[in-house]
Amino acid sequence: MQIPFTVAPRPDTGVNNAKIGVWLFLASEVMLFGGLFSAYIFLRIGAPEWPGEIGGHMYERASDILNVPLATLNTIILIGSSVTMVMSWASLAMKRFDRYRLYMGATIALGFAFLIVKAFEYGEKFSHGYLPAENNFLAIYFVLTGLHGLHVIGGIIVNMYFMWPGARMWKTDPKRFTNRIEIAGLYWHFVDLVWIFLFPTIYLL
Amino acid sequence: MADHAAVPEGHHGEDVHHTSFWRKYIFSTDHKVIGIQYGITALLFLLFGFSLVMLMRWQLAYPGEPVPLIGWLFTDDTMPGGIMLPEFYNQLGAMHGTIMVFLGIVPLAVGAFGNYIVPLQIGAPDMAFPKLNMASYWAFFVGGVIMLGSFFVPAGAAKAGWTSYAPLSVIESMGQTMWLLGMVFLITSSLLGAVNFLTTIVQLRAEGMTFMRMPFFVWAQFITSFLLLLAFPPLEAAAFLQLSDRLLDTSFFMPSGLVVSGEVVDVAGGGSPLLWQHLFWFLAHPEVYVLVLPAMGIVAEIIANNSRKPLRGYKAMVYSLIFLGFMSFIVWAHHMFITGMGQAMSVFFQTTTMIISIPSVIILTALFLSLWGGSIRFTTPMLFALGFLPMFGIGGLTGLPLGLAPTDIPLHDTYYVIGHFHYVVAPGTILALMAGIYYWFPKMTGRTMNDTLGKIHFWGTIVSMNFIFFPMLIQGMAGVSRRLYDGGEIYAHAQDVIVYNEVMSIASWVLFVFQIPFIVNLLISLKKGKAATDNHWDATTIEWSAAPSPPVGHGNFHDLPQVYRDPYEYSHPDHDEDYWPQNAPPAEASED
Amino acid sequence: MSEHSVEEIKKHVRVYMLVFGSLAVLTAVTVVVGYLELPFVPALIVALLIATVKAGLVAAYFMHLVSEEQVIRSLVWLSLGLLLVMFLLFSVYYVDQIGLMIFGF
Ligand code: HEM
Ligand SMILES: [Cu+2]
Repeated sequence: MQIPFTVAPRPDTGVNNAKIGVWLFLASEVMLFGGLFSAYIFLRIGAPEWPGEIGGHMYERASDILNVPLATLNTIILIGSSVTMVMSWASLAMKRFDRYRLYMGATIALGFAFLIVKAFEYGEKFSHGYLPAENNFLAIYFVLTGLHGLHVIGGIIVNMYFMWPGARMWKTDPKRFTNRIEIAGLYWHFVDLVWIFLFPTIYLL
Repeated sequence: MADHAAVPEGHHGEDVHHTSFWRKYIFSTDHKVIGIQYGITALLFLLFGFSLVMLMRWQLAYPGEPVPLIGWLFTDDTMPGGIMLPEFYNQLGAMHGTIMVFLGIVPLAVGAFGNYIVPLQIGAPDMAFPKLNMASYWAFFVGGVIMLGSFFVPAGAAKAGWTSYAPLSVIESMGQTMWLLGMVFLITSSLLGAVNFLTTIVQLRAEGMTFMRMPFFVWAQFITSFLLLLAFPPLEAAAFLQLSDRLLDTSFFMPSGLVVSGEVVDVAGGGSPLLWQHLFWFLAHPEVYVLVLPAMGIVAEIIANNSRKPLRGYKAMVYSLIFLGFMSFIVWAHHMFITGMGQAMSVFFQTTTMIISIPSVIILTALFLSLWGGSIRFTTPMLFALGFLPMFGIGGLTGLPLGLAPTDIPLHDTYYVIGHFHYVVAPGTILALMAGIYYWFPKMTGRTMNDTLGKIHFWGTIVSMNFIFFPMLIQGMAGVSRRLYDGGEIYAHAQDVIVYNEVMSIASWVLFVFQIPFIVNLLISLKKGKAATDNHWDATTIEWSAAPSPPVGHGNFHDLPQVYRDPYEYSHPDHDEDYWPQNAPPAEASED
Repeated sequence: MSEHSVEEIKKHVRVYMLVFGSLAVLTAVTVVVGYLELPFVPALIVALLIATVKAGLVAAYFMHLVSEEQVIRSLVWLSLGLLLVMFLLFSVYYVDQIGLMIFGF
């Protein structure tokens, strides 16, 4: 038997199952990052200095130890990828599959660009011996950005699926495929959203 | 050529049979099969977790004496010569709690009953995301295997309690890493399940099944899923942080200058052990409601059905449930009154704790009042449901002194706390779950369970459980700590109450003996039980009235039902029969 | 978001571009304010304010919350409310514990 409302919205709620599902998932993600941010708040209020002593040197500001220009670049990259993501959905809604391909490709490329910049940034830290075990500032920096990075990787995998094998659905069930891209987009924007808060809290404050 | 063709053909035939078996019973996406998978796994885990504590009870009653009969089965680093080592005692304690809560009760209450019953009660063909449902079960299964496997790693399983308090947990042996990994899987499983339940309940209710016509059990699962969805992620975050502390040597939970065995631990320090407690209890208080709300749901179904009356105050119960859900997020620090919190926070958490007991009392009172004036049928499920009421009552009442700092400070970390929460979870929730098994067994199998064996099971269970848990309250008030390997033998202040150790231990083994009729009953009734009619209990809710027992394969109903009225229209004046199913068209009534 | 005419989508696209512009500008502002080395509290307030505006823009337009159904919006408010409660209690708990007075207690 068919499960109702997989594609068409349920009349009284106005949405289909997948839409509710992904938003519920995002609500739990809010609490996941919320837990980590709470940990950050808790550790930070308790710390006499922040970032504190790293490698025998006392730091007063996060921007003295982290690479703000790189992180700014990454912010722009991620915001850009959000735009291309929403454009890929809009292209499908306008029945322009060719443009969908283009924008989705750009989203994936920007996702990789973000990871490369991140890898560069991590490499710089490692080469100075700034490891998570060094102090709590670095620890929370690595855990928060690391978990965010994992979310980016997950998003890229989803997007690549919809770029290639998953895109076959466009031929058989275009409406459902458009819905799926919207859902994937919601997740991708959420990852962007987390970064929007991560960037000032970790790098600038 | 002929030879060549014959082989693949035979092979092929077998293959088809093979896949269908695997798809049907192992990697099924049918919520009913998944529910039963959850149920069997969870019951086995409950039995295992119970066995762990039966061993511990020997050590508490007869400290230092070799365990009879089975002592020789154990290795030298757990029980040399049958005598339990303290390290092993700690493993048993930590794993008992973990297994009972995360691998026993939640999977049985939510994974099994929720999965099987919720779609049927709202008139849905399946859960909204059948594949996620399957993934949820298998994530749970892997988590369980990791937890069990942790007994076999060097230095054994986790030893830092089910709460895994830092910094002890951070400096513990490898078993703790396994515990954390296992928890990540279990949390993932619960999150997938919660997303699925919520979507199903919001989206797949049958025509006419408005929110206020949903059976109370569905409401309970709905709120439970919200708690799982929003409270579990912070614990997942905490598990990541603790993993990082253990594997990357960070100091999220490690204070500066921590001394272990006379040496300062070589970490950067600056972390906070209290941070773990906050993140843990932010989950774990809502979690205790996850343990009890489905139980309340089951009891409500059974009481309405067996008192042949609508629930008294259904609406008040639903609103209480919603309120309880909200409040359960802002009471967590009542587990932390002795952590030296400031006055303002202490006052805040005491107040919220007192407030949250109000909705629990409303629900309990409504259930009691629902009995008033009913023509009660004392069936086996009803006995268990009735047993739940006073037991949960004791559990809730003993919670109040714990919710106020002045009385909690002497009681904290004593056996009183153990007594309190076991009253809620063991004679409370577990009785309700048993009630659910007896109640829905005919639905799931088309057969009934034996009544006599059921009654023996009930009386044996409730009596022996009280002999286990009531003395704990007494010992706790005498100040006996909950963490003693020898049950308090060496403490002067424990001497007056130490005799209870033997009573409690014997009662726990008696409890085990009384589970045998249940196990026998369950197994025999599967094949030999009396055949049940489709609506065995003359119930009004549509899992009984609209679907055959057992329900038709994938899809549940022949036609999706249409719902016309409230869930518990028993003994309705406008209707001849004493039950008026939710899906019976109104015309039927005026005809006769 | 269910059915859309091509015209509507074109309007959306213009909005997306505007949002992108605003996000870029706001990012620049954040970084510039960061280099001003303000004292902690004003810096915190400015940074969080800007981040909230940015996040709001992403959620409202890219995630379509402006035109989303009530169920979804209630869910978002629920999780945000809970998040705020969590932040608040975690910070107040610590401040209270290290001995600062709160509301006269
Ligand atoms: C109805 C009102 C309730 C109140 C006021 C209450 C209060 C408390 C308090 C204050 C504690 C902490 C005691 C301490 O550690 O010093 C506690 C512990 C506990 N409660 Fe309750 N409780 C209530 C109901 C429940 C329910 C319904 C459950 C579960 C189904 C439950 C399960 C637990 C558990 C598992 C613990 C102990 C955890 C541990 O320390 O290992 N409680 N309760
Ligand atoms: Cu609690």
